[in-house]
Order: sequence, then structure tokens, then C-alpha cells
Amino acid sequence: MARKLMKGCEAIAEAAVRAGCRFFAGYPITPQNEIPEYFARRLPEVGGVFVQGESEVASVNMVYGAAAAGTRSMTSSSSPGIALKSEGISYCAAARIPMVYANISRGGPGVGAIQPAQQDYFQATKASGNGGFEMLVLAPSTVQEAVDLTYAAFDYADRDRNPVLLLADGVIGTMMEPVELPPMKTDEEVAAIKASKSGWACIGHKLDYANRSWIAPGQWDTAIMQKQNEEAAAVYASWKKDLQVEEYQIEDAEVVIAAYGICARIGKSVVDICRAAGKKVGLIRPITVHPFPYSSFDKINYDVCKAVLDVEMSIPAQLVQDVELGVKGRCPIETCLCSGGNIMSREAVLEAVDAILAK
Amino acid sequence: MEKIYSRTLTIQENKVSGFCPGCMHSTVIKLIGEAIDELGVIDKSVAITGIGCCGLHMDYIAYDNITAPHGRACAVATGIKRTSPDSLVFTYQGDGDFASIGLAESVSAANRGENFTVIFINNGIYGMTGGQMAPTTLLGMKATTAPKGRNAEEHGYPMHVCELLDQLTAPHYLERVSCNTPQNVIKTKNAIKKAFKYQLEGKGFSLVEIVTSCPTNWGLDPLDALDFIEQKMLPEYPLGVVRDKK
Repeated sequence: MARKLMKGCEAIAEAAVRAGCRFFAGYPITPQNEIPEYFARRLPEVGGVFVQGESEVASVNMVYGAAAAGTRSMTSSSSPGIALKSEGISYCAAARIPMVYANISRGGPGVGAIQPAQQDYFQATKASGNGGFEMLVLAPSTVQEAVDLTYAAFDYADRDRNPVLLLADGVIGTMMEPVELPPMKTDEEVAAIKASKSGWACIGHKLDYANRSWIAPGQWDTAIMQKQNEEAAAVYASWKKDLQVEEYQIEDAEVVIAAYGICARIGKSVVDICRAAGKKVGLIRPITVHPFPYSSFDKINYDVCKAVLDVEMSIPAQLVQDVELGVKGRCPIETCLCSGGNIMSREAVLEAVDAILAK
Repeated sequence: MEKIYSRTLTIQENKVSGFCPGCMHSTVIKLIGEAIDELGVIDKSVAITGIGCCGLHMDYIAYDNITAPHGRACAVATGIKRTSPDSLVFTYQGDGDFASIGLAESVSAANRGENFTVIFINNGIYGMTGGQMAPTTLLGMKATTAPKGRNAEEHGYPMHVCELLDQLTAPHYLERVSCNTPQNVIKTKNAIKKAFKYQLEGKGFSLVEIVTSCPTNWGLDPLDALDFIEQKMLPEYPLGVVRDKK
């Protein structure tokens, strides 16, 4: 299939349209403006609806409504805007409404820097809103992977009736790469997906006291509320089968780099450079950062591994806490960090690797 | 014998109202139900309920319902109506929900001329949380967060939602009604029905503001609360059509 040169944000939006997304609401914030702008042009061409919300809060709630009406729906933002969306995301999770959203993350906290960063890891993976709900969180390291994961995200969301988060960063969102786009779902397929939700979708039903659509992000009855949380927890527990991870040359590695997103891509190039020079370096790259592929760290040969090197664009380090849970004290963990909108340099990672090997 | 009145179809059977004595939520929910019955649109009706006493609405009705986060009902309604344009979509919101925490969503949806209906309950106070001050609380009226009564210097003035929205070009129909007398109850039902009809005709944004009582948090018995509406609320919130583009 022909490959097309596309900017990350636009590729994500096109992948969503091809997956059958027919509603998008969003609010301007850098570095993800190309996502709403693309949807504004593209959705009317396919009979979809784009709304520029008056805020991130309004936008996510428009998506809550559209998705509750059975339409594949999406929103996107960047770090401070994602924080504002947490209310609506929590409601979607509580009411079991499938939707997809993307965080093209930037430096933080606060308004932070508009340049790329990975400062939202805890927020994305541990608590994207009140109430202890969980989501599949997908972290692409190339534009192609962003396309593929966005396309798959809508299926995951519908399967689980739960939000799915695409955790990218400003590099993935703004760089251009050649991509192979997935097939466009036909109008019939899109209509069939919507029709499959008509039983619970909030669109009006024949008079039937027992079987109206009741989208309930909360319950008065504490027993029902607990049952609702138990059912959600069972869905979260089923995600072990959905774990995605890249394990790259770790069997004999004396240093294993642990990184996700753009840092993992830089880390992988470091592995290749080191291997060419005869240095035994490997990489563990979580693609699903929630759930986290802890078991990949069991495949490290701790008899030869001197340290795991956590590489992330976050200060303080955040991913490192999940790495610790994977390593379980079997070797030291070092960090190579940058923040504030500075992009990780290959040289810094190479230096950190060499420092460990020299020990 | 000819049957001239029966249970409203959209009200669930065997439900006992959990609203406080004298509360007008139950009256308004019944009027909405009658309007839906008479228009024959049960199978396409969707309510978006806010947070607060207005959220209790969902327990009694037979049409579809989604609970919006506090204040966001107009945003949720936008998402539903834009993707399901054949549905009859209305929000049911109190004054704290619509006019305080949700003001941005409310005014923005009205300004876009979204083709749905807002049923706005104005009783001048937060009910479910126990009598805190609302944007609509009258000057001098006591609230748990304004224990000496609302004063203009500190709290500003009561907010007039219909008049505020009347500054916008897009809204199609804005009317303020009350349920304090039998005549006004009938006018309220007619206003709700008119707003629904306008939506079904694709006319755009409508809002029916209903001045109601909260005997519990006003500290009045239900009959005195009716007098309070007549003597205090209605001079501040005059009834009538604020806009009707027809």
C-alpha cells in the first residue's frame, strides 16, 4: 500500500476517521492544534460532526454525550487541557461510555512548556480523574504506531465500553513521517457499529419502564455502586491479554534501557550504536503503559545485567516507579532524564550507558 | 365512563416521590411527561439531568436519561443532539448547575443556537447540598454560605438567566414561568410543550425558566413558600415571554 508523508497529529486524526470516528470536539492548545483543525476539515466530508468546544471541559462532555448516543467519538488536548478533561473522562469511565482521547503532552506542571515532554505519566497511567478507574493507555514511538494504535483504540473502547488514552508527546504529534494508513471503514460498517450500541445508547427508546437507556455515572444505592465498580475492575483485570511491549536484545544485555514513546525510539538507536561497537545493551519499551508489562523485566539476565537505565523526559522521573516494580531489586536502576520541553539527546543516553558499563 | 385523566405514561409505576413536601420538581417532571405524552415522542426523548436535586428526575421517568457532570448538561446535550438529531433532547438543570458552575457551557450552547431545550429550575438556592447561595438567590435572602443574607456589595445581584440569554442572537424561545398557582402550572406546561415543538421543527435553542420553591431550604412551609414566590421571587423574576421568534 502507498505510504503518505503525514504530521503525527493529522495522521492520528485520519486514523480515527478511518476507524469510524464521526464526532470530535476539542479546544485549541499547543502542540495538538492540528488534530482539531484536521477533524474540522475532514469530518464533514464523511458525514461526521466537528464542534469547537468553549473549553476542554465542554469538549470532553460533548464527547461523553455523542459517545453515549452510540457514535464513535474522540477528543484530544495537551497536558493542562487533559487535566481539565479529567472530569468528563471519569464520567465516561463510571458510566462505561466508550471514547478515545489523545494527550499530545508537553512540559509541566501548570501551563509548563509548549515543547514535548513526558511529564504526564502518573496522570495517564495511575489517576486520570477521580474515583480509581483505569484505562488502556497506549504510547506510540513513531507516527506509524500512533496511527495503528489510534485505529485499534476505538475497537478496544467499544469492546470494553471504556475510555482509551493515546499518550503521545509533542515530538510524535508534530513530526512528519511516512505512514501506511489503515483501511477506511465503509459507511455501512460505521452505521453497523452505531446500530450495535442502540440497545444502551441514549437516543430514545420505546416505552418500556425496565429497559430505557439509563447512562448512570453514579448510583444512590451503595450495593449497586459497588457492583458497578466490581464489574469495571473485572474488565481492567482482563487487559493482561492486551499487553504490548517491545523487548529488544535484552537476553545478554549488560545494560537494559527502559523507555516509552519518543525516548524509547532514541533509546533503540542507542542500542544499535552500542551493539555495533560490541557493547551489550538492550531495550524494554512498553507500548501499553497501562497495563504495564512488568513481566518483561523477568526476561533480563540479572547475572550479567549491571543496571536498568530508565530514560524519560520527566523530572522527577515517573516511569521509573513502574520499572522498579518490574526489576524487583534484582539490579540497580539508573536514570537519564530531561524535562522542561527539552528533547532527550542520544548523546546523553550513550553517556549514561557508558557510565554504567565502566562500573 | 369516559376517561379524561390518567397516570402520565412517562412516570414510572409504583414510584413514590422522594422530593421534599412542597417541592415543585415533581410537578415539573409530570408536566414534562404530559408534554412528551401529548406530542407522542416518548420513543425519542432523552433527558440530560444535572447534579443536585434536579438529578433525582431520573428515578421517576420512563424515557432515556444521562447524568451530566455538574454544570455540563448543555455540552452533553450538544454531543447527543448533533449525532442523534432525530431525538428530542432536553436538559433538566437547577440554578447552581445551569447558572453557576455551568454558565460557560450554558451560554455557549445558547450562543451556538443548539437545537435542544433547557428546562431550568430557579428556586434561588442550592437544594441537595443544603441551602447554599446560588447566583439566583435574592438580595437579603439567607443561605448557609451567606448567613446574614445576600448583599450586593459582597455577592452581587441575582442573575436573570432569560434576560442574560436575550443578549444573544441565536436563541429561539425564552420564557419564564412558575408553578405557584394552578393557572401558572398550566402556563408552564404550555411553555414546555412549545419549546419541545420548536425543537422538533428544528428552530434551535429554547429555554424555559421555571420559578419554583424550596420550602426545606427556604425554611418555610409549602404554603408560605407559595406566598414567598408571589411576593419576593416574581418581582425579581417577572413571568412572561422574553423572546419568541415563532
